[in-house]
Amino acid sequence: MIAITDYDTGNLRSVANALRRIGAEFTVTSDAAVLRQADRVLLPGVGEASSAMAKLRERGLDALIPTLTQPVLGICIGMQLMCLDSEEGDTRCLGIFPAHVVRLRGGENPLKIPHVGWDTVGRLRSPLFDGLGEGTYLYYVHSYAAQACDATIAQTDYGGIFSAALGRGNFFGTQFHPEKSGRAGERILRNFLKL
Amino acid sequence: MLAKRIIPCLDIREGQTVKGINFVGLRNVGDPVELGAKYAAEGADELVYLDISATEEGRQTFTELVARIAERIDIPFTVGGGIASVADAGRLLDAGADKVTVNSAAVRDPALIDAIASKYGSQFVVAAIDARMTDGVWRVTTHGGKRMTDRELFAWAHEVCQRGAGELLFTSMDHDGTRDGYPCETFARLAELPIPIIASGGAGSVRHIADVLTLGRADAALAASIFHYNEIPIPVLKRELYRLNINVRQ
Repeated sequence: MIAITDYDTGNLRSVANALRRIGAEFTVTSDAAVLRQADRVLLPGVGEASSAMAKLRERGLDALIPTLTQPVLGICIGMQLMCLDSEEGDTRCLGIFPAHVVRLRGGENPLKIPHVGWDTVGRLRSPLFDGLGEGTYLYYVHSYAAQACDATIAQTDYGGIFSAALGRGNFFGTQFHPEKSGRAGERILRNFLKL
Repeated sequence: MLAKRIIPCLDIREGQTVKGINFVGLRNVGDPVELGAKYAAEGADELVYLDISATEEGRQTFTELVARIAERIDIPFTVGGGIASVADAGRLLDAGADKVTVNSAAVRDPALIDAIASKYGSQFVVAAIDARMTDGVWRVTTHGGKRMTDRELFAWAHEVCQRGAGELLFTSMDHDGTRDGYPCETFARLAELPIPIIASGGAGSVRHIADVLTLGRADAALAASIFHYNEIPIPVLKRELYRLNINVRQ
């Protein structure tokens, strides 16, 4: 059974719909015992980092998540919360990935923020991307991003390189939304379920 | 590199797609879910569904439709039409919409943008602006272009950014439906704003879309009839844009 972590932050439904489309069984829960026993754990999320982190803490999930041993996938804010800290709301995060989350900044040319739309991923190095090539387009919508680090398993360039995906041990995270990324995104979700 | 987006727009009335859709080989041409799925499979980058229902039942049907779209469609979709409160936006978010557009209600009550953005995030709010050139000035209109307001386009566009809109969808009511192309100079001015701009209204050819994405520096182009009448199928459009060195997702 796959557990989608429910911590009252936005659009759990789109992740649930994506799992339903690929015929995966799942439950939506904030129950620590259920999360601990699940085969896979998803940590989705949209919204603002400090309030999302507060909601994890209220449910005691900040202590639980780093101790999980099955494959865990954070998506968007879910991935950012698995990093060291975030500039958004000056938030201390779970510290699973050795990356700081910073606001997207342009170089000389001002960037459009948020970074919205389909962008390419490169330097793919994880079974999460099996079957996908360098330059695959995936869907993003975000204003903050994790810096590149030694846990970076895919990168994207938007006014500078950032971590499109992170992986360390059983923990994975994607800044893009696989649940909204058409067939390429579906492949990533299927790959995660096979890990 | 971030791709320029191509966005088909579907007008929905009482739960059905309207605007003489003319497809061969699509079983249920009136079904917005089937049509959206077809566009997504063809390479549309996002979809926009606008509710133009006149009745309360129609609006209820639309919310149910949004839930069905969210179950089926695996790309982002935006919904709009008559959103007048945070509760309206929240109901559509709960049904599975990725973004909402606010238009006339925001002109009447600009704080609506702040309220939706602070509750659900800027990425959820697309400010839709319709305007008409009058005596050399772009004046904002509401109610599908029927009512003229005192607002000037660029001032209002700046204000919606300040209030937290995450994207701006601009339609020139002078160009909408003409198929003569988009007003590229106006879009190039809007492109100075710090949020992505979606160009709408006036597309009749590949060249028009290419122009608004390059000369007009728009981040996305939205169109309806050229797709609905299958005049320019999405795969053809993308191939042509790619050939013109425009970065699109193939």
